[in-house]
Amino acid sequence: MHIVPFVVVAWIAGVGLYGLVTSRHLIHQIVCLIVLQSSTYVLLLGVGYVTGAVAPYFYDIPVHTPAVDPVVQALALTDVVVEAAVTALLLSFAIQAHKRFGTLDPQELAEFKG
Amino acid sequence: MTPAARRYIFLVAGAGFLAFYLWGLAGLPGFGRYPGPYGTVINGIAVAQTKATGVVSAINFSYRGFDTVGEEFVLFAAATGMSIVLRHLRGERERPALDEAMDRTAPATSEAVRMAALLLAGPTVVIGWYLASHAQTSPSGGFQGGVVLATAFILIYLAGQFLVFERVSPIAITDATEAVGAAGFVCTGLGAVPLGLPYLSNVLPLGTTPGAVDSSGTIALISFFVGVEVAAAFVLIVGELLEQALLVRQEGR
Repeated sequence: MHIVPFVVVAWIAGVGLYGLVTSRHLIHQIVCLIVLQSSTYVLLLGVGYVTGAVAPYFYDIPVHTPAVDPVVQALALTDVVVEAAVTALLLSFAIQAHKRFGTLDPQELAEFKG
Repeated sequence: MTPAARRYIFLVAGAGFLAFYLWGLAGLPGFGRYPGPYGTVINGIAVAQTKATGVVSAINFSYRGFDTVGEEFVLFAAATGMSIVLRHLRGERERPALDEAMDRTAPATSEAVRMAALLLAGPTVVIGWYLASHAQTSPSGGFQGGVVLATAFILIYLAGQFLVFERVSPIAITDATEAVGAAGFVCTGLGAVPLGLPYLSNVLPLGTTPGAVDSSGTIALISFFVGVEVAAAFVLIVGELLEQALLVRQEGR
């Protein structure tokens, strides 16, 4: 089966989105967003994989050994850093929302203005 | 909108997305059959061009180094944004951490946790620096090393208490360290400009042995600065969150 990793991507993204839509708690919602974003790591690494190839590190192997695509791995690294930054910022918004409105339920928060 | 309606709309939209996704999958070359050529080309030339054996680091800090400047400033902006969002609001003051439920006492940190955290703090710093300074050799680099370095500070928090965490990482110094890391990256890139070369050109000596600590010129230097920046940014982020959890209370609460 040559599409199993991409089915896994759809599954992780679907689970994350479903949680994001139905969540009743901001912190839970942020965790769902992390799950959703994890699907992009699997997608990036899956796209660049070459059957039978090694990791793109040539310290102790000959330079022309077939290796997987390093570009998508670099992109996955960017992805992780952005996720950490976004999560940190969202958590601080959740703290302020709780301080101001006393609730973390997105349904209830939507009723407040300002 | 009721939760049931929301779920219904999501399921309809999700089914539509799934149909398009499966249609898209049918056109992909399949797992393990990467069509190239970009990754293959770069794998072939990176070691000879940059003297770095870690091709992922070579890409991050050299081939697409300008993207990484942006990436680093995403983290920088997030740490700054958190300090702004979590600033003390009117009517808030700091007070020592007290358990919210006054009728029970907060359990003290166990000796085992303290001991384990203290024992791990030193090796964690060493591993963090090792990772940050070997970007050109092995799967490591400033981002990974920086996060591990920040973990050492969190271990100190676990071993002691928030006040000790604040003392070993005062906000002014952490802020300045973060700025030095970010500016170091940008200035390393600018170093090529007076020589008439494009921004972020690798102008430092590349060394002779690929993958050695003194090889790969600016890649190793930039990775070091990124490590400093990332460690400081994470210490700031964790510090802000801990301060909210432990010290800041609204008046009358």
